[in-house]
Amino acid sequence: MGTVTRVNGPLVEVEDLPGAAMYELVLLGPHKLPGEIVSLRGGSATAQAYEYTGGLAPGDPAERGGSPVSALLGPHLLGGVYDGLLRPLTGAGPWLDPAVPTLASVARSWPFTPLVEQGRKTAPGTAIGRVEGAGSLAYLVLSPGGEVSAIRQPGRCAHDAVVAVVGGAEVRLTRRQPVRSALPYASRLDETVPLITGQRVIDLLLPVCLGGTAAVPGGFGTGKTVLLQQVAKWCDADVVVYIGCGERGNEMADVVAELAELPDPRTGGRLSDRTVVIANTSNMPMMARETSIYTGVTVAEHFRDMGYVAVVIADSTSRWAEARREFASRSGTLPAEEGYPADLASALAAFYERAGRVVTLGGATGSVTIIGAVSPPGGDLTEPVTAQTERFVRTLWALDRDLAYARHYPAISWRESFSRDADALTRDDPANAARRARVGGLLAEADRLTALAELVGAGALPAHERIGLLAGRLLREGFLRQSSLSSLDAYCRPERTALIADALLAVLARCLDLVERGVPAAAVEDRDFSPLLRAKEAPEEEVEARRDTVLNDLETLR
Amino acid sequence: MTTWAPIEYTDVAELRGPLVVVQGVQNVGWDEYATITLESGERRHGLVLDVDRDLAVVQVLEGTGGLRAETTRVTFAGSPLRIPVGAGWRGRVCNGRGRPLDGGPPVFGHDSAPVAGLPMNPTVREPPAEPVITGVSAVDALTTLVRGQKMAVFAESGLPHLEFAAQVAAQAHTGDAPFSVIFAAMGLTHGDAGTVRDILDTRSSAAELTVLLNLAGDPVIERLLTPRIALTVAEHLAFVLRRHVLVVLADMTSYCEALREVSTARGEIPARRAYPGYLYSDLASIYERCGRIRGRPGSVTVLPVLSMPAGDITHPVPDLTGYITEGQILLSREVTSYPHIDPLSSLSRMMRAGVGAGRTRPEHLDLAAQIQAGLSRARQAGELADVVGESALSPADRRYLAMAEAFRTRLLAQRPDEVRTLEETFERAWQVVSVLPRGELSMLSEESLEAGYEGES
Repeated sequence: MGTVTRVNGPLVEVEDLPGAAMYELVLLGPHKLPGEIVSLRGGSATAQAYEYTGGLAPGDPAERGGSPVSALLGPHLLGGVYDGLLRPLTGAGPWLDPAVPTLASVARSWPFTPLVEQGRKTAPGTAIGRVEGAGSLAYLVLSPGGEVSAIRQPGRCAHDAVVAVVGGAEVRLTRRQPVRSALPYASRLDETVPLITGQRVIDLLLPVCLGGTAAVPGGFGTGKTVLLQQVAKWCDADVVVYIGCGERGNEMADVVAELAELPDPRTGGRLSDRTVVIANTSNMPMMARETSIYTGVTVAEHFRDMGYVAVVIADSTSRWAEARREFASRSGTLPAEEGYPADLASALAAFYERAGRVVTLGGATGSVTIIGAVSPPGGDLTEPVTAQTERFVRTLWALDRDLAYARHYPAISWRESFSRDADALTRDDPANAARRARVGGLLAEADRLTALAELVGAGALPAHERIGLLAGRLLREGFLRQSSLSSLDAYCRPERTALIADALLAVLARCLDLVERGVPAAAVEDRDFSPLLRAKEAPEEEVEARRDTVLNDLETLR
Repeated sequence: MTTWAPIEYTDVAELRGPLVVVQGVQNVGWDEYATITLESGERRHGLVLDVDRDLAVVQVLEGTGGLRAETTRVTFAGSPLRIPVGAGWRGRVCNGRGRPLDGGPPVFGHDSAPVAGLPMNPTVREPPAEPVITGVSAVDALTTLVRGQKMAVFAESGLPHLEFAAQVAAQAHTGDAPFSVIFAAMGLTHGDAGTVRDILDTRSSAAELTVLLNLAGDPVIERLLTPRIALTVAEHLAFVLRRHVLVVLADMTSYCEALREVSTARGEIPARRAYPGYLYSDLASIYERCGRIRGRPGSVTVLPVLSMPAGDITHPVPDLTGYITEGQILLSREVTSYPHIDPLSSLSRMMRAGVGAGRTRPEHLDLAAQIQAGLSRARQAGELADVVGESALSPADRRYLAMAEAFRTRLLAQRPDEVRTLEETFERAWQVVSVLPRGELSMLSEESLEAGYEGES
């Protein structure tokens, strides 16, 4: 039993903890507040506490937890809401008081089906049993490797029951897993497969691949959270881990309520059945925020190992970095850039490195895709967290304040964003590659012309350049903008995205053709393009008819 | 809980800025409440910021002026600060630490609650869904405040943001549902405080108001407590006594300056503009104490008001506030009429949930979107007119400029003592959009146009 010697907010110093290890769990004071050892010197240890430490005093007892900070993994995860240490919040009391923990229990029973027989030799990571009713997918119990000396018969069993003995080790439905180190896999896969998000600007221009990484920097009011929620709702993943890291409580409530209402188009269940929400709102304890990011990735890796496509959405990684900064400051670490500790870049890199599409130990294919929001102070994209994050991600969706103020959502800037996987993703689809190049080219050209028109006036531009301006407007309004509230527009499947883009490109080609034949640009600009601009809110089969309406209308100019 | 006399510590090792370092303490916990007694018998109060073996660092809310190391005595309460809560706060005027200024007895309550508050379980939060009517047209029409929301008011310097805050505090209501206002003033000048109290006079007499006043001349560190006391009282009024409570916190910039002062005195590593690195979490621990709880009728709505130093919205205080709050009302000098609300830079993120049929008006969202879109177009036209002259504008652009002018004169401009009902606000909003030709109003449905449009079709 050790003794607390110093308390400074979440920083707690403890002495007389023989045998303590770095990152080991430690229980502090009479209420046994959880903490994690972050430095050891001689006989004393420094811990970061995961709860409010008000009232904790030097002289209070402290004891070792005996294991690294771990999260409880199991079939209960899907559909639930958890705190940064993966303790369930659903069913807990209205106020989270560390002195009177009212956290809900995960105790319930599950229907278990064995998948192997007794006496079989199993490789590590292969499925030995499955659990039904845990969310929208089959929850697999994986082998630690070895001969199955006992396995449970089909039937219900408690959450902590032993379901098999493999290689002399007991396998339970739930298990504790340290969160700071990545779960092992056999090998990484190189081929690229897109993650379909249902958002046109992303799927066509700035795609992300399974096992890829994307960052979303954006100042406040640029619609970061709405965009991430859209991706969480509509992306074609098997499991979505949504980490609300230091964000708003009302927004978390909103996400949870919406996911519980929306049907999953692929399973017919609720979207919440495939989602694990980790909520550390901005007034919940600071250091649990730092851990929540790792907890979330660990959950995703756990489902990846069952062969599923998992997506981690972290909103926002800046709050995680700030938690690290605060603690570094309290423990007297020398600051590097803007007060952040010197290991900021390496910690970010290590976090994004946990993404990947892999062959699991058991031979299945699974992936973890990480999408992290960044909240740059003052919208300054050169600040350390944004600048370092941009170095490590494959895809960047930069949000633009001017677009957001013009109510252009999603406010993804096509100028400042990038997708390093885009070329690889369209390698086998030349039509889509051409479409992407054409739309991207027109948007870039329109930006150049807009800048020019601001100087000389649009009227002074030659006719084909005025059509270039028109192209920018039509693509922005008819393609890039997407309403998260419209039932038909919120999700746009890739086929439909291609249809709308092709319809716009066909109309623009016709416009260019007309002015080259001598039709005045103003006459073309004055035509009614609204049927096409509203195609995104119409049923998919109408898109081509709408294109033809506009084309026919343009014909009258000839 | 302690029934024996608390231990008095006299060994003061250091006095620095607002801090007292006491030596030889035992069993003193972090964030504990302390009482400091001077030689003269004067009592001051403080909070423990750091406790290292037998050394406790205490921040003194009233400041350390006049303290002497030899004669200062410190006692500790044995727990973080708790205050009495209950209906006794209604109708009271107190200082920044909750001591009466109105000549009445100390506030008493059967229950007490810790001022630091406890985090609300996000899974019991009920998403905000009903409006708080402020009686200010520009707010009610375009950036509706919703019960359980936190919305900031950002003001460029020289604008009457305190009058505006006081006007909202004086006029706001939630229909027939029981309603209370808590006005926490931090760092206000005497003159400002007088104006605010005048504006709030009627509400005060109806016992619907609690005022906590920390003036510019009052101890600076005391401000760190003021918003927390206000919110602790509010949470009890809302979630135990079932009232809808609006908490106005003005001016949060003064609060953050106090936080910075303590941080530098402690020698902490500064982040942006020397504010501490934990400014975000500290502000969040205040702003996040809004909301509703499923199955309980009350709500806490928080309206932090802050002046932007040098009009800079990227300054850490407005910037971090903007990241936490669910929308902002921006008061800009470019808008020449009171209340100076810049409609295009203001946004209520919760508005969608709080307006519409059964709450305000069925066409509310569409009407607001139409006005916003029109003003945005008018701004572009105005910029163009600056270059080419207004006469060179297209007729449509000129109609938009006229619409923006109608917006300013008929909807936005309002006297600081003028209460507008929702009906009046909507009447004026329709007058504004009716300046535009009916064909331009693509965001409004045929049905609502039929009912509300007043222009020539």
